[in-house]
Amino acid sequence: MSRPALTTLLVANRGEIACRVMRTAKAMGLTTVAVHSATDRDARHSREADIRVDLGGTKAAESYLLVDKLLAAAKASGAQAIHPGYGFLSENAGFARAIEQAGLIFLGPPASAIDAMGSKSAAKALMEAAGVPLVPGYHGEAQDLDTFRAAAERIGYPVLLKASAGGGGKGMKVVEEESQLADALASAQREAQSSFGDARMLVEKYVLKPRHVEIQVFADQHGNCLYLNERDCSIQRRHQKVVEEAPAPGLSPELRRAMGEAAVRAAQAIGYVGAGTVEFLLDARGEFFFMEMNTRLQVEHPVTEAITGLDLVAWQIRVACGEALPITQEQVPLVGHAIEVRLYAEDPANEFLPATGKLALYRESAPGEGRRVDSGVSEGDVVSPFYDPMLGKLIAWGEDREQARLRLLAMLDEFAIGGLKTNIAFLRRILAHPAFAAAELDTGFIPRHQDVLLPAPQALPARFWEAAAEAWLQGQAGHQRDDDRRSPWGERNGLRLGLPARTSLHLVSSGQDQAVALERSATSTYQLVGEQLVHDQAGVRRQHLAIRRGGTLYLHWDGEMHAIEAFDPIAEAEASHSHQGGLGAPMNGSIVRVLVEPGQVVEAGAALVVLEAMKMEHSIRAPHGGTVNALFCQEGDMVSEGTVLVELAE
Amino acid sequence: MATLHTQINPRSPEFAGNSAAMLEQVQALRGLLAQVAQGGGAKAQERHTSRGKLLPRERIDRLLDPGSPFLEISQLAAYEVYGEDVPAAGVIAGIGRVEGVECMIVANDATVKGGSYYPLTVKKHLRAQTIAQQNRLPCIYLVDSGGANLPRQDEVFPDREHFGRIFFNQANMSAQGIPQIAVVMGSCTAGGAYVPAMADEAIMVRQQATIFLAGPPLVKAATGEVVSAEDLGGADVHCRTSGVADHYADNDEHALAIARRSVANLNWHKLGKLQRLAPVAPLYAADELYGVVPADAKQPFDVREVIARLVDGSVFDEFKALFGTTLVCGFAHLHGYPVAILANNGILFAEAAQKGAHFIELACQRGIPLLFLQNITGFMVGKKYEEGGIAKHGAKLVTAVACAQVPKFTVIIGGSFGAGNYGMCGRAYDPRFLWMWPNARIGVMGAEQAAGVLTQVKREQSERSGQPFSAEDEARLKQPILDQYEHQGHPYYSSARLWDDGVIDPAQTRDVLGLALSAALNAPIEQSRFGIFRM
Repeated sequence: MSRPALTTLLVANRGEIACRVMRTAKAMGLTTVAVHSATDRDARHSREADIRVDLGGTKAAESYLLVDKLLAAAKASGAQAIHPGYGFLSENAGFARAIEQAGLIFLGPPASAIDAMGSKSAAKALMEAAGVPLVPGYHGEAQDLDTFRAAAERIGYPVLLKASAGGGGKGMKVVEEESQLADALASAQREAQSSFGDARMLVEKYVLKPRHVEIQVFADQHGNCLYLNERDCSIQRRHQKVVEEAPAPGLSPELRRAMGEAAVRAAQAIGYVGAGTVEFLLDARGEFFFMEMNTRLQVEHPVTEAITGLDLVAWQIRVACGEALPITQEQVPLVGHAIEVRLYAEDPANEFLPATGKLALYRESAPGEGRRVDSGVSEGDVVSPFYDPMLGKLIAWGEDREQARLRLLAMLDEFAIGGLKTNIAFLRRILAHPAFAAAELDTGFIPRHQDVLLPAPQALPARFWEAAAEAWLQGQAGHQRDDDRRSPWGERNGLRLGLPARTSLHLVSSGQDQAVALERSATSTYQLVGEQLVHDQAGVRRQHLAIRRGGTLYLHWDGEMHAIEAFDPIAEAEASHSHQGGLGAPMNGSIVRVLVEPGQVVEAGAALVVLEAMKMEHSIRAPHGGTVNALFCQEGDMVSEGTVLVELAE
Repeated sequence: MATLHTQINPRSPEFAGNSAAMLEQVQALRGLLAQVAQGGGAKAQERHTSRGKLLPRERIDRLLDPGSPFLEISQLAAYEVYGEDVPAAGVIAGIGRVEGVECMIVANDATVKGGSYYPLTVKKHLRAQTIAQQNRLPCIYLVDSGGANLPRQDEVFPDREHFGRIFFNQANMSAQGIPQIAVVMGSCTAGGAYVPAMADEAIMVRQQATIFLAGPPLVKAATGEVVSAEDLGGADVHCRTSGVADHYADNDEHALAIARRSVANLNWHKLGKLQRLAPVAPLYAADELYGVVPADAKQPFDVREVIARLVDGSVFDEFKALFGTTLVCGFAHLHGYPVAILANNGILFAEAAQKGAHFIELACQRGIPLLFLQNITGFMVGKKYEEGGIAKHGAKLVTAVACAQVPKFTVIIGGSFGAGNYGMCGRAYDPRFLWMWPNARIGVMGAEQAAGVLTQVKREQSERSGQPFSAEDEARLKQPILDQYEHQGHPYYSSARLWDDGVIDPAQTRDVLGLALSAALNAPIEQSRFGIFRM
């Protein structure tokens, strides 16, 4: 087979994965081509590419999912190969096939392999034949409610509904009892349809207290297939991986080999080529069940790279060009331990609602040994409601798990993000949790430690407000008059005649407000030096990152970045006057269903409107029983956060 | 450019002794000011805040730009005057920055006698308005007062400089384009009602502020009408129905934010122009001033040691350094602003007076503010000096001081006696501000001199009537005079009666002057026209 000339690579994706793929491509001397929606015109992945092609549109379905436009983009830019990243069309056999038919290289498995695994039901049958252990379930074609009801009863509740075509938690629902089945199925089907363009579902036994352990496999076009060790992705929230690590703590070499070999068998059964991941549920007795195979590069591939020293994207490119795998199974390294966390724009305190907005402040941790950040945003970028709200990944490698864990904690502490809510503090609490340190991992970790990981909001302590006030005052640009520059009135020293200096501030942070009176006769124990607030306590000086961006101060305090603003009594008064009984959109998104009409009487908790944002559905429910006075939205409307959708009278 | 180099050794025992003596007085002052700042005391404050109201000093703090200095005036007003405590005369006044604009703030302290107006309350309110008018400072009145102190109506109501003058000033300042903003945060009855009514903009706090010409009891007495205070003159009445007030606030903080917004919309320009340099700290620490001034007031000291600790880089360009040496004159910069300084270095002789008059003319010609550092026992007396025309030379200095229209600032750093007070811009000569150090003394003459003069007169009377006048008689006569002069010459006595704008910590002098200079620049620097100098 002659090696096709490959000089230009198009990445049919966005965000951190597009940036990550292009980084390796550039290192290999390739010209990189980004595609972008109209919204992403100046997104980071677009900025970092050598050539960028506008796909138009905003939603994924109008941009990144349009095969014809992607092929046209490849043609226009002269790209010979397309990397699909993850998500979007990465596991779409039609896409792979269209690329092959256009005479281009698809940096992924053959379309037939995607087909084989793409339908989860068919995949299970194949795996069964290849001798890979399976979880009991229904993977048939019939999609009616009765079939699912019967299957669920046969398997026994709780069961898990999954999109046949999906992955990543979209279109996935746990059903505890029969009464929930109909609603859950309908909702999962809608999500699957909008995420994957395919509403087909399967149902499986919901295994209790399982660990999620997956094997990275890699196959070339010459029949070689390796397993590159495993990853433990047990720390999940609603089936979304949050923390991933490699190797899986406590996994014996024997079990690693058994799982690895099963994974290789799975890959070979479908004629796999390239990077793939075989996901298993591992129970406490060391029994493992095949869940699914992801026929693409995984989000969490960097932990594998960290412990093997390999560049999987480089391998993907080489293998696609026809090269053979450069090492044998015995030569696959496993050095140290690596942990990854996924950084999301979301609000953990508010059911992890995706957060949108401008990254007024975005600063990554400093580079250093064993540290890696794969991100897709920069300061000033806007996180839109149209795509996955993941900002990036933090990966730490250590000689052992504890070193990696501490390193990752340090990186999280250095990260500084302002302008929208993120899960940094949540990630920090997971990594700092003694159970995590002790590697007590299973998919129930987050719900089990919910109280610690998602503590109820606490009143911010007086010491915080004092530090915030000092940083606020010292970081505030003095008011300089053009007609009297450098007037001592602008010195902000709070001077009083014969009395201690006094300054009064009323600040707001995290929905709390506090009037702070700073009073002192001597120099403050706080000094703002550049972006560090240095606090001197009896000769011990500690520093807190304090960054001013316009009217907002970002202060790092107790492992969390707090946005602090001045309390505005006028805005507050106006808000309290204009308060009405309207129910607003919790975030930017589109209205997918309106379930009530004006005049309708509803009970407390009834769903009124369904909003779709970030490919997830959110119901706006009645906070109390009452009558719907007015509706301010209809299906298909795009609404922004805070827009009043429904007016409800008691 | 000449830099002053100190001749003082700050490690000498004299310095330490002076320093300790001054520090003691400064600490006594601080203690007293802290006590005054407590207003009507814990109980009254508790009653005040329990109604959701902020204390007057908190109101000022919230009104000011964060970190703004507050140049308070007359903190010791009414101190030991009325035989009852009326801290700060029940009204807090001073200059602070609001939205980048230096404003005069006058805040009633309802925890002190319900914020009612004692004679000195009126005087302080008027003094604040005078400062505002002279320096063209927007005024913000934080009103929370029961009005005139009725038992003392004869001392607060009828005269020219009594209660009515407050509104006269408001009208005239408004006419001059000096904004008048009233924030009604409590009661505002009878005459007081004119404070918001005559303001350019008025803000009221709901369920808290009331404005009426006559309160419910008087209405009932007059017409039999029974009405609640809120229905008679609350924020809803005045913001929705009567139009007496312009802005409706939910609470104190909201009201203060609206006041800030009003100031932000003033389109304010400072009209005074000075050629400014970048400010530089003096070469010597401010608190060394404690050790510069001798503990014994009779001991002379070189005033250049004071100047060296006040002016930028301790740079002082002296004028006529070799002539009339008891009055030190020269140019310097303070917080970057040019100043022309006149400072006493002994008794005033004819030459010194002529030099001073000449120097004041220079400053006025150039539009440079004048700073007087007073430490003066008076003009030289005696036959030789009367023959030399000390009176006409002194008159030249007094004429120059009286007519100078550039901003004048006076700090009494030692004695302020007799005509020396006039020649060095005492209160009667309209300095924009006048402060005293805690060691200062003021009087028509020194206690010793007064006692000496009076015993001399008594002895002569006794001798004429042939009665003996023993040393004991003299001592018995002298002591009460000494005591009286010492008591009345004390800066607290002066400050309590508003003969000055405050007793200040010497170490804060530089900052106080810098703030005052900057505030004074709100008004244009006017040309001076001098009267006849008797030649």
